[in-house]
Amino acid sequence: MSRGARLSLLLRTFLLALTLALAGCGGRGQEQEGDGQSQIAVEGSSTVLPITQAAAEAFNRQNSDVRITVSGAGTGDGFEAFCNVDTQISDASRPIKDEEADRCEQAGVEYIELAIAQDALTVVVNPRNDFAQNITLDELRTLWEPSAEGQVTTWNQVNLEWPDQQISLYGPGSQSGTFDFFTERVNGKEDESRTDYQASEDDNVLVQGVSGDTSALGYFGFGYFEQNQQRLKALNVDGIAPSVETTQSGEYPLSRPLFIYVNAQDLEEQPELEEFVQFYLENLDQFVEQAQYVPLSPEAAQEAGERFNNRTTGTAPEDALGAEHKGNGK
Amino acid sequence: MTRSGTGIAQKGGPEQESVFKTSTAVRYALDLVFTILVFVATMIGLVVLAVLLIDIARDGVPRLSWEFLTGFPSISPERSGVYPALLGSLWLLVITAIVSVPLGVGAALYLQEYAPDTWLTRLIEVNVSNLAGVPSIIYGLLGLGIFVNLLGPITGGQSIVSGALTLALLILPVVIIATREALRAIPDSVREGGFALGATRWEVIRGHLLPMALPGALTGTILALSRAIGETAPLIVVGAATYITFVPEGPLSAYSALPIAIYDFVSRPQEAFQIAAAAGIVVLMVVLLLTNSVAIWLRNKYQRRG
Amino acid sequence: MTVEARRDPRSEAGKWHRESRARHFRERAIKIVLAACACVSVLTTFGIVFVLIFETIAFFREVSVVEFLTSTTWSAAFANPQFGIIVLISGTLLTSIIAIAVALPVGLLAAIFLSEYASTRLRRWLKPALEVLAGVPTIVYGYFALTFVTPFLQSTIFPSLTIFNALSAGLVMGVMIIPTIASVSEDAIYAVPRGLREGAYALGATKREVATKIVVPAALSGIVAATILGISRAIGETMIVAVAAGNLAQLTANPQEAVQTMTAFIVQVASGDTPTGSLTFNTIFAVGTTLFIMTLILNIVSYLFVRRFREIYE
Repeated sequence: MSRGARLSLLLRTFLLALTLALAGCGGRGQEQEGDGQSQIAVEGSSTVLPITQAAAEAFNRQNSDVRITVSGAGTGDGFEAFCNVDTQISDASRPIKDEEADRCEQAGVEYIELAIAQDALTVVVNPRNDFAQNITLDELRTLWEPSAEGQVTTWNQVNLEWPDQQISLYGPGSQSGTFDFFTERVNGKEDESRTDYQASEDDNVLVQGVSGDTSALGYFGFGYFEQNQQRLKALNVDGIAPSVETTQSGEYPLSRPLFIYVNAQDLEEQPELEEFVQFYLENLDQFVEQAQYVPLSPEAAQEAGERFNNRTTGTAPEDALGAEHKGNGK
Repeated sequence: MTRSGTGIAQKGGPEQESVFKTSTAVRYALDLVFTILVFVATMIGLVVLAVLLIDIARDGVPRLSWEFLTGFPSISPERSGVYPALLGSLWLLVITAIVSVPLGVGAALYLQEYAPDTWLTRLIEVNVSNLAGVPSIIYGLLGLGIFVNLLGPITGGQSIVSGALTLALLILPVVIIATREALRAIPDSVREGGFALGATRWEVIRGHLLPMALPGALTGTILALSRAIGETAPLIVVGAATYITFVPEGPLSAYSALPIAIYDFVSRPQEAFQIAAAAGIVVLMVVLLLTNSVAIWLRNKYQRRG
Repeated sequence: MTVEARRDPRSEAGKWHRESRARHFRERAIKIVLAACACVSVLTTFGIVFVLIFETIAFFREVSVVEFLTSTTWSAAFANPQFGIIVLISGTLLTSIIAIAVALPVGLLAAIFLSEYASTRLRRWLKPALEVLAGVPTIVYGYFALTFVTPFLQSTIFPSLTIFNALSAGLVMGVMIIPTIASVSEDAIYAVPRGLREGAYALGATKREVATKIVVPAALSGIVAATILGISRAIGETMIVAVAAGNLAQLTANPQEAVQTMTAFIVQVASGDTPTGSLTFNTIFAVGTTLFIMTLILNIVSYLFVRRFREIYE
């Protein structure tokens, strides 16, 4: 390039470096520690992200000076950042694990665990499958447990009334919260599952898979079934059909709670954070429906409200959906 | 002087080795076949591109509107827009280009023109080629460790600068390799002529080698920036937000990016979000075309048949 | 010219001497700046290698190297994990070989077309048009493979194709790489001196003969570099295979089945729920190191190949 162009490029690079150096002396950019910038950072599960996004959007309409960022790198990454005091709220599609709770404790981070919604895990088959209407939890276990790997390959091995045809399985990858919940609920232990199935982290891809394969059976979140009802057929589980009503009442056995975790200390120091979480909880049903999940039962919602108002810290996920709820693990 | 064994003209007996078959008809027939082949090959690329673009445009273009370009993402697919993502991508693009192009061209210049031909230089050369194959997510993890955590106070943590520097590292090998190859293609006579006239190495580079190598370097830049603009995984790891209520105010601000917005739309269950994703892709391609056009215009200006 | 005259700043010779000192200083300064640029790429390599090795060592403290290299099952992210890297390598190789089988001939032929057959005006817009292929986001390619290519293949040539398969992913990846191979090769071919071509034409060679026997060998270094760049891109590609090839880690040579590549695994774990520092998370680095070594061998081989076969004219 010409001498002039090259010089100006060098000059610009130099100016950029200078700016960066000056900025470094100036402050810590977007680090959250009550530095006067009203910013709320949320990270965590991409499942819970739409709900938090709906809340943030509505909140921002009334409080346009509050800056909110929401990322969906995963529940685990969310907790990592949360225990690092990089975020004020952590979205989680599963309760906090022991190791993560320990790390938070070591870092001196106290959190308030709030259940905010439910997701009904739907077991689906191809619409051209005319023999399967219902599947029991035991049958699911026969199909998905680790010892089924390579052994249980035909429909009649699961239920004698079904034909002797190949079955192809679709499900979420082992790193997703859906997988964690399903394996714990069905197989008894988290992460224990057969491994010879088509896995994808993207539920839309699973929809594509099941709807294009007549011998398919898969499981994923309710919203993805609801939006694709012409392409999929949902099975009843233990006789109960998946729906908003059966999930809210606790009848449907495969419903899992979704959480947000709020940093207790930041809650006291940042008034806009308190306002946001308050707003979030007050209008929870609206956001949950917009995000295509199932709202909590009234008792569970009240429980969450009380936890927030009392600033109850620590984790107690068994109480999340209410004591009577079937989907509450063993 | 050619060094190869396949000489063009050789004196000798009737049994001499020849590069060319003697049957003219066969040669011309092969020529015709070859011409068709090269034409078809080029068409394959174009046809697939056309099919892809038409498919996306059909869904995406009707969705495009001023509101889409200036709106913020929303839980409602009809209201969703890509404004913060678009601005974030533009910021990233500019800073990535500013960092990676001079660095890449400079590194290639050094490696090709200045560095002695030792085992160390060869090792570096092989290593740079190797870097081009490292999956982008590993660059993301590297960027997280260095730019976000270690250099957090300077870069502002999960900021545009961290993202741009990560992307710059990702595409650096492509720029270096393309520039180096362009420099290699320049015959030594150019260099030797310059030196013979008393020019210093830098004067030869600036006056002759760089302009001659510029088209190749620009090709590398085009390919590299094209890749950078479409990368999702490393940006997610390095902390780009999926949902954001404000636009970036500076290089140290939190941000989102177009590929992340597209990826978010695509993984939502509602059909309307799939259409929004298609529209987002159209926006991304337009940004890409604009960026490329600048580089292509420059390339055409400097390209000259040797 | 006497030495004194040269040093006298007022004389003609002295002026030259003074300027030459400044030039010399500038030369050195520029050399240092450029060396610094090169250092950045070196540092990046070291950074990546260091991180990879460090975490890989942590990984191999818990998993035996023998199991890693010889086991034929891969279920690293499940309970009771099995670590047989060969499974993932087979996935990567399967998709990459298909991709290169598409991209190399098409890319090279397209490069020859652009350089030897197309007019300058045609080339001016055709080359950028092909380069646009490189800019399409890979998630688009992934969905294109899943929703268009797979059904198309299922209904025509391969009825037994599963919905997730290596073939569609490989084909679409190949298309994505075409611009890399085509454009960089084309620059190399275009830069071959005209004199060479004209000499061959003068001796009665046809266009094809000039292109294949004279020009391509002359541009070999650039073409091989382009190919290696393309192969590296194929091996390191993530999204397309994650979406279209499925995530079924199985050891197979049948492209009609689903596979999991090394990169798909890495992205699955890195963007998932695994806590950092756990064994599953460190598996990313072990896989990453394997990938790195694979491409390193590839690069070394190609480097030696070019050094041996490169035609240097003048």
